[in-house]
Amino acid sequence: MAWAEKQKGRRGRMILGGLALVFILAGLYFALIQAPPDAYQGEVQRIMYLHIPSILTAYLSFFIVFVGSSLFLWKREKRDDILAYAGAEIGVLFTGLTIVEGSIWGKPTWGVWWTWDARLTLTAILLLIFVGYLMLRSLIEDEDRSAVCGAVLGIIGFLDIPLIHMSVYWWRTLHQAPSILRPDKLPWENVHPSMLIALSINFLAFLLLYFYFLSLRIHVGEMQEEVKRIKLYGVV
Amino acid sequence: MELLRQTAWLLWKDLLLELRRRESLLAMFFFGVLLLFVFNFAFEIPREKAAEMAAGLLWLAFIFTGTLGLAQLYQAERENHCLEALLLSPVDRGALYLAKVSFNLLLMLPVEMVVFPLFWMLFNLEAWNLLLPLFLVAFLGTIGFCAVGTLFSAVTLRARARELLLPLVIFPLMIPLILATIRAMEIVLRTGGFEEASSWLRLLIGFDVIFLTAGFLIFEWVIEA
Repeated sequence: MAWAEKQKGRRGRMILGGLALVFILAGLYFALIQAPPDAYQGEVQRIMYLHIPSILTAYLSFFIVFVGSSLFLWKREKRDDILAYAGAEIGVLFTGLTIVEGSIWGKPTWGVWWTWDARLTLTAILLLIFVGYLMLRSLIEDEDRSAVCGAVLGIIGFLDIPLIHMSVYWWRTLHQAPSILRPDKLPWENVHPSMLIALSINFLAFLLLYFYFLSLRIHVGEMQEEVKRIKLYGVV
Repeated sequence: MELLRQTAWLLWKDLLLELRRRESLLAMFFFGVLLLFVFNFAFEIPREKAAEMAAGLLWLAFIFTGTLGLAQLYQAERENHCLEALLLSPVDRGALYLAKVSFNLLLMLPVEMVVFPLFWMLFNLEAWNLLLPLFLVAFLGTIGFCAVGTLFSAVTLRARARELLLPLVIFPLMIPLILATIRAMEIVLRTGGFEEASSWLRLLIGFDVIFLTAGFLIFEWVIEA
């Protein structure tokens, strides 16, 4: 890669990271200070300003893994595989964060750390599939084979999501009448405008952070490729 | 037609090997029976509870024995470069997939046919007339299990620790299948008919169709990688 191009990429990442930082600070200000505490849940509700953006970005990364995997199987370009792998790694991070935040919120609100509710179960299964993807990638030594096999799992996993979604919802709605533990019915109908602002800013912050991580991880993947090339051919 | 003919020949090859070696089927059969004993020690199932727990326990026994079979599924191809020879021969890759899925199905179904009545005998269940409907539900579930399992058994074929990796990858993907089969079997056991289980059965059939098709289309890339 040319020197000028590298510099450009580096500056782009720095701007993205800086923007993410600014928005995170603004988001924290709006979420912790500007927005009023929730009428029923009190202060603990503020976790939602992080919880909702993090699950949305986790879903986004599932989609990115699917797109990268499909493109890779179709065109066989290393770039797409790096994208899918990066998406999966960051996906594990954000899905894990979502579950942890949810538990911290769930304990004071519902009285339990975990409940086998449909949405929680779905998130946990997504995490398991992501972790399976990373294990698969690391346990297949041949790089090309690892990329193809990962792409297959990325596509099949994505196709599976609607089925998992349906089955866990039926499982929970056909089986057990909703009790006090109803995470699907947040007091969400009358949202104070400042709460909406806080949520939107945080969502934007998470998106920026997500793409910052993604660009960093892709950069790492590209450098690994370059190192391999230099090792093989001995030229810079 | 050509595809079916090739599939039949490949299946015949696998069946012949299995008939001569009798490795997978016997091991799976004994493991299935063994699991029933282990379940009894683990849960001390009382007679009145047995019908309630039957669906979950039976299906657990089937997917564990099935996973055992999946780990061995490509054993014959791994030896003496048989896989390379198969790939050199002018057969459709889809036929390779369909043959392996059917072979896996033919390993699991006999095990299920034995374990079902055995469960009824060991736990003194009365509803013998429900065996056939339950077996039909399990059959639908087994198709989906084989469709996903065969594909990912090929994916993990050349991985390190592949016997460990395989269940880690396939069990999360199979959660809709596991849920739908167990719920449908439970409803059939409780109500004696298919009516109330229809939405679960539709989900099962959908799972089977989606993953058989996806496996058929994707297998080529996996096996040649």
